[in-house]
Amino acid sequence: MLDVLVIGGGNAALCAALMAREAGAEVMLLEAAPKDWRGGNSQHTRNLRCMHDAPQDVLVDAYPEEEFWQDLLKVTGGRTDEPLARLAIRASSDCRDWMRKHGVRFQRSLSGTLHLARTNAFFMGGGKALVNAYYRSAENLGVRIRYDAPVDGLELDGGRFVAARVGKERIQARACVVAAGGFESNREWLREAWGENAAGEWPADNFLIRGTRFNKGVLLKDLLDAGADAVGDPTQFHCVAIDARAPLYDGGICTRIDCVSLGIAVNRDAQRFYDEGEDFWPKRYAIWGRLVAQQPGQIGYSIIDSKSVGHFMPPVFPGEKADTLPALAAKLGLDEASFMRTVDDYNAACRVGRFNHEVLDDCHTEGLAPPKTHWARPLDQAPYYAYALRPGVTFTYLGVKIDEHAAVHFSGRPSANLFAAGEMMAGNILGQGYTAGVGMSIGTAFGRIAGARAAAAALRPEPAQAIG
Amino acid sequence: MQELDALIQKAASPPAPYGPALSPDEAEVDRVMTICNACRYCEGFCAVFPAMTRLLEFGKADIHYLANVCHNCGACLHACQYAAPHEFAVNVPRAMARVRAGTYTEFSWPPALGVLYKRAGLTVSLATAGGLALFLVLMLRVNGSLANKPLAGDFYAIFPHNLLVWMFGVVFLYAILALGMGVARFWRLVSPPAAGPGVKGAAAAEAVGDVLSLKYLGGGHGDGCNDEDDRFTLRRRRFHHLTFYGFLCCFIATSVATVYHYFLDYHAPYPVLSVPVLFGTVGGIGLLIGPAGLLWFNIRRDPRHGDTGQKPMDRGFIALLFLVGISGLALLAWRDTAAMALLLALHLGFVMAFFLTMPYGKFAHGVFRSAALLKNTLEKRRSGPA
Repeated sequence: MLDVLVIGGGNAALCAALMAREAGAEVMLLEAAPKDWRGGNSQHTRNLRCMHDAPQDVLVDAYPEEEFWQDLLKVTGGRTDEPLARLAIRASSDCRDWMRKHGVRFQRSLSGTLHLARTNAFFMGGGKALVNAYYRSAENLGVRIRYDAPVDGLELDGGRFVAARVGKERIQARACVVAAGGFESNREWLREAWGENAAGEWPADNFLIRGTRFNKGVLLKDLLDAGADAVGDPTQFHCVAIDARAPLYDGGICTRIDCVSLGIAVNRDAQRFYDEGEDFWPKRYAIWGRLVAQQPGQIGYSIIDSKSVGHFMPPVFPGEKADTLPALAAKLGLDEASFMRTVDDYNAACRVGRFNHEVLDDCHTEGLAPPKTHWARPLDQAPYYAYALRPGVTFTYLGVKIDEHAAVHFSGRPSANLFAAGEMMAGNILGQGYTAGVGMSIGTAFGRIAGARAAAAALRPEPAQAIG
Repeated sequence: MQELDALIQKAASPPAPYGPALSPDEAEVDRVMTICNACRYCEGFCAVFPAMTRLLEFGKADIHYLANVCHNCGACLHACQYAAPHEFAVNVPRAMARVRAGTYTEFSWPPALGVLYKRAGLTVSLATAGGLALFLVLMLRVNGSLANKPLAGDFYAIFPHNLLVWMFGVVFLYAILALGMGVARFWRLVSPPAAGPGVKGAAAAEAVGDVLSLKYLGGGHGDGCNDEDDRFTLRRRRFHHLTFYGFLCCFIATSVATVYHYFLDYHAPYPVLSVPVLFGTVGGIGLLIGPAGLLWFNIRRDPRHGDTGQKPMDRGFIALLFLVGISGLALLAWRDTAAMALLLALHLGFVMAFFLTMPYGKFAHGVFRSAALLKNTLEKRRSGPA
């Protein structure tokens, strides 16, 4: 019989498979996607957030545990599990040599991402290069890899893993790691989770998925139905404002719109709805998906003037462009009078000091609601540009409850041989909010823990002291 | 998806942001670079992506510049989250390769001969047939038969020295002229930034280093480049080194022999342990192993790398280099036998074909890429470290 079955084919699954194999287990990995689409959401990632106490190769300065923890505490609004969070943070400080051993290479922070040079280690070539390296290493080490192998469900005996079903096939193993992602690409589930809003809309129908089209949550649902303890809120996710013209799935990084903090953002009624200059964009980009999701029609418009061109990552699609603001409103289909009132009010409220996008500058509005607290400059230099925004979901946070050994909990008790990693358990740490690269930190840390524990459970089966 | 298709169409059609309208191949680079510039994950692999980030829009000159910086290593394709089957269907190496073929054609001199690139396989074949025929006929006229009495390696008993110098000198100088005219026009198009002499010197030194070390076949991490799959190896870089330095050794051998002949009155045949023969032997071995390896990898390459339509050009060039090398070594090995005249005619025929096709075949890649890399090192210095 197989020692360890790993279900999933992204970063967390690969880390688990490699660790289990290194521990001497016979390992099989089941990837639901065909080879061309392998890697889940990891193929769209670019870095992992790393704790470090001194400069390291591609990382400058220091990012101590406490600062990482405070950042996480802030973005999650306290909806996190401190021991698990600290476990992931500490693991991020010493996982990179192991990653290098398996072929992952790092590069300096990309141009336009200077703000991440201290906190995030970038993968050379991005997440797909990382995924490729892990698959090569797994193949070299003798992990059996199967593509096009979506698992329909698990066979459990109490909380003990017995087998997985792939179509008519039944695959038994002594232990199992589930790392098969969230349910972001399951439109029906998203629709049900978000429900109908007061205006009679089903907001989730207007969401785009930045992540993989293969994360339909089949295994997650199966586990929750089978009695695994749930963690997280099904409406919580990592969601950013992306170009409304982005493809429905797999839009990845390039569909992000990074000029929100340089201008104003209005909704379908041409009204501003949030402080665009609240904080540095990298610290705020992750709330804007949700903000747009809460607007009528789940759409927003980022408006800039020519002063801002070249000060942000160039977007993948050209913006709407007009020589006058009323012409821009017409192109966007916004009510011209409302739009001009919003812009005029904003322009009149701007108190321009010394504009500097690199710091929290003193350009702000006075007497405007909502205010714009930094980088507020009047929109007055033609031509004007606009980008339509939609919520772009990266991954969902609803998951299974785990402990520090990544063991899946059933009625408060850890399974003896079923472990979870990656998005399926990220909700233990991310109750809400996001900070760049932390998904990969969690996936790497718990993927490795789950793999090691699964190998131990398979190779040294102890008398069932937990359940099963 | 229809909306997306329309956007892709729009991005792929003129008018260009500035300058002359783009050809379909150039427009594809524009489309792809616009996607890459919003992603930038591949920045560490090579010089193309840092150069790209210095631009917001991609005009014709930028596109030809970037295309010639690209070494077709394949790393960015395997790492690309937007490669097919993704609907963006990004394939940077292929888009760049197609434009490079356009660069060679458009900047060939005289322009009318640019068509030879489009039939590069045929061009090499005809040049080789022509070169061989020329020397075989010449030999028959001079020697009267395909065999000869042993001449102790005295080539000039078959073909007079002055005749060879005259023939090869003219063809070689023509090749240099044609390539020089082409690359000069290319240089004006891509208009590198003005720089002071100190900056120019440093930029040139760096560019020469990049060329001679094939830095950008290293993958940025030093693990190498891709051949048949996403695995990185240094094989292609090393076999290219064998080819390039093998060629250089042969060139040195000929140059030293020329100096011996005209300035030291020291005439061939030279002994085995002489400078020309040693360089020629080492170079010939390089030209055997290098092109053989490159051909093997060319055959095994992931078909998505680059433009398969250019394989005849690549393989014709590689094969010709191999034939130059093997015929040269054969000539050295049997120069004291009755086969010398025939081997000499074959070797000279291959070398002649090589010189004839220098400005109209794959050889041009080295010249245009070196120019593009020099612009790159100049640009870097203008905008600070990338």
